[in-house]
Amino acid sequence: MSIIQVRDVTKDYLLGKTQVHALRGVSLTVDKGEFLSVAGPSGSGKTTLLNLIGCVDTPTTGLVEVAGQDTSKLSERSLTDLRLHQIGFIFQSFNLVQVLSVFQNIEFPLLLQGGLTKAERAARVNGLMEATGIGEYGRHRPSELSGGQRQRVAVARALVTRPALVLADEPTANLDSQTGQNIIDLMRDMNRKDGTTFVFSTHDPKVMAHANAIIRIADGVVAGRELPGAAA
Amino acid sequence: MRAKLDATRVLLRIAFRNLVASRVRTVIIGLIVLVGALIVVVGSSMMDSIDRGMRTSIQGSLGGQLQVYQSTSEGKLELYGGIRGESLLDPIPDFARVKEVLSKVPNVKMIVPMGIDQALVATGNAFDVTLAKLRDDVRRLQANARDEQGLRGLEARQAHVRRLIALLSEELTQARVLVDPNGRDASMRRAQRADLDRAAAPEFWVEFDRDRLAGLEFLENKVAPLAMDTGFTFIRYVGTDVEAFMRAFDLAEVAEGKPIPPGQRGILLGRQYAEEWLKLKNARRLDQIKDKRDRFHLRIAEEEELQRWVKDTRSRAREILIQLDPLQAAEAARRLRPALGAPAGEELPALLARLFDLRDDNFDAHYAIFYDRLAPLLRLYQISVGDVITIKAPGKTGAFNAVNVKVYGFIQFKGIEKSGIAGTTSVMDLQSFRDLYGYVTSDKAVELAKIRAQMGATAVSREDAEAALFGGDGAGPLVETIRAGAIDEKSLLAGVGEKRKAALAEQTRAYTQEEIDQGVALNAAILLHDPARIRESLAEVQAAADAAGLKLKVVDWEAASGMVGQFVLLLRGILIFAVIIFFGVALVIINNAMVMAALARVKEVGTMRAIGAQRRFVVAMLLVEVITVSVVFGLAGAALGGGVVAIIRATGGIPATSDLLFFLFSGPALLPRIGGTSVVASLVLVLGVAIASALYPAWIAMRVTPVEAMSTED
Repeated sequence: MSIIQVRDVTKDYLLGKTQVHALRGVSLTVDKGEFLSVAGPSGSGKTTLLNLIGCVDTPTTGLVEVAGQDTSKLSERSLTDLRLHQIGFIFQSFNLVQVLSVFQNIEFPLLLQGGLTKAERAARVNGLMEATGIGEYGRHRPSELSGGQRQRVAVARALVTRPALVLADEPTANLDSQTGQNIIDLMRDMNRKDGTTFVFSTHDPKVMAHANAIIRIADGVVAGRELPGAAA
Repeated sequence: MRAKLDATRVLLRIAFRNLVASRVRTVIIGLIVLVGALIVVVGSSMMDSIDRGMRTSIQGSLGGQLQVYQSTSEGKLELYGGIRGESLLDPIPDFARVKEVLSKVPNVKMIVPMGIDQALVATGNAFDVTLAKLRDDVRRLQANARDEQGLRGLEARQAHVRRLIALLSEELTQARVLVDPNGRDASMRRAQRADLDRAAAPEFWVEFDRDRLAGLEFLENKVAPLAMDTGFTFIRYVGTDVEAFMRAFDLAEVAEGKPIPPGQRGILLGRQYAEEWLKLKNARRLDQIKDKRDRFHLRIAEEEELQRWVKDTRSRAREILIQLDPLQAAEAARRLRPALGAPAGEELPALLARLFDLRDDNFDAHYAIFYDRLAPLLRLYQISVGDVITIKAPGKTGAFNAVNVKVYGFIQFKGIEKSGIAGTTSVMDLQSFRDLYGYVTSDKAVELAKIRAQMGATAVSREDAEAALFGGDGAGPLVETIRAGAIDEKSLLAGVGEKRKAALAEQTRAYTQEEIDQGVALNAAILLHDPARIRESLAEVQAAADAAGLKLKVVDWEAASGMVGQFVLLLRGILIFAVIIFFGVALVIINNAMVMAALARVKEVGTMRAIGAQRRFVVAMLLVEVITVSVVFGLAGAALGGGVVAIIRATGGIPATSDLLFFLFSGPALLPRIGGTSVVASLVLVLGVAIASALYPAWIAMRVTPVEAMSTED
């Protein structure tokens, strides 16, 4: 069963006075439970594709359907709600809220959602902190943590709402390769344990190797879908 | 519901922590807000107090709550005078009718008729006063040549007059140096000189004892006018129904003397006016120096103005010498010598020089010596309670009218005693005002009718006037009549005694309320039962006047106060202007700081938006930051303002350094009071400005898209 449907999507935007055709007709389906890598050189349109899938942007033409909803038909508010409830985000530069502690950063989306008691939230946050290996840092501020630890916090934050889909834009780009490896392992673990769908972009072949499928993008079109074995 | 609560909680948490995290920004914004709140609280409580003070001063002294005057008037009513003097008002022809009509308006408590104007008062001089005393002595001796008191007085007075003549001679000699001896008035001046020399010569006084009345006449007609300080002074008065006036204006009180008896003619002189214009200059200067020293803690040694005043008292010591006859002068010297520690033989001029050699270390002692020992011998005020004074003013027709009124006492207005604005106004009866102003009173109407009957005058219409006066044929009967009619002095003089009696009767006659009410007034003060309903009462009074066909204009006390009221408006304008400028600057600074904050947090905001925070969340977050700072620091500023106000009060308030301030403060110092409204207003204002300055940054934050979170540059 598909969680993401992308059909004949184009995306144009203005860069200064130049019209940039970032995507020129992309189609793609992501099934539930996939651990999918989007690969391509910079400027190939992979970030644009991820933005469309992540509902932070809408296509110029074509259809993007996330969790059964056509994103171009949704209002700004509904899109935000969709992101809040269905999608988790992991960013290249971690993007934690500096003034909140690790625990509070992870709890943040739950508070935006509301509906859980304090105990329920604590249970969920603590569980994720244990699972991501940062159990003892709950009271620390992000600035007191290493890059890898911060990204673990980000992973925990992305998962805390039990989203249908987690998007990660170059999650390992700011980490050394060993730490990056560990983060990918962590994501893979979570994918296996809960069946959460992961879509991440990377140009690191070693990271790609962990995916169960790789979408190659070049010049705004999908160049192909391959298995990780073929990537190397 | 719960979802909102959770979101709100995290929003507040982030906002507060951001404030703490960027301390410098928070403190800068906070201080601006704090100072703003401080200015508004202190400024507005001062303005409130001034407003209250002015309300008290105006409503309690002349204004009442409403004023009416003739709507056809050329000028506007200005109770305290305008730039061009008194207001140009058409008279209200029949006050009784106005009273009758307006009394029926439910909220109207009292209506007090008024006529405010300026007039001249003859104050006389030392020469006049002494000659008057001399005449009394002469009269006494004519009745009884052996009269003890008369003889003693005559001797002292003669000596006094001779000294005055000597002083006058000296003055004239000095004056002569300054003028051209062959100028236009040379012959007149030579004649004056001759008169003075004659009066100074011993032979004149030998002659004087032989024919005292002739001598007196010479002194009064030829010599007294040479005393150049012959005084007329201006007096500002309100002619009114005195009894109603005193009842209506609770600040008014008789400071010395007694109230004018009901219905009688008379005047209560403004206390402050008397102090400034009628008091012996040296006494006045001493009072002023004392005031500056006691209330403002100024020192003679440090203040140029005080030094000038001290110098002034020294040079004016002569005025005291002039007042005293030789016996009194000896008595004064006897009293002053021990007090001043002077050697036994020291004369009065030297003693006075010693007395007025004022320094910070001897001032209080010398002040006491002056008032305790010297003052009882002096005529401290040119006009005293009980005097009958002549007041002159140009009437409606331009010719001078004069009335004699008895001074019953001095009037002052509680709390604003020292204010030149209310305190210099004297209160006079309405009949005298009508006489001065040239309007026909009921008395005058009767008198006029009598005169007409005596003269056999017939009413002549304008058209027939020429013919009636000169006849048809142009013959000269008029000239003939004059030539024929020799002046019969005896018959003329015979009437004098009667006239004097009539004048006296007029002075002491009591008028009925009807007589007081019937006739003209220039304006009238209206006092209300409930002053809070002044707006609707104004409309009601105007409506009642219009309905009755009275051509009246109704204004509130603020409008009626003229320039004084405008001054307060000006003050308020300045405050508002300053506040606007300040908050304008504050707006820019806070706006900049918050824009910087918003731009610095674009990525964080983008992340929150990506994760699922709505736009309103980030906008609210930014506003909460600004509002929190504003409320906290605004309250602190207001509290500090309260502290400042409390300190001002504790240290005796802001002293009124001028007449106007005295009036505005309704007392010697402004004691500002913190008002709940001013605190609330300051907080609302501060908050409003803060929110306004956060709107643009909030808009920037709102426009941040989740895509910003994805950007990788850092």
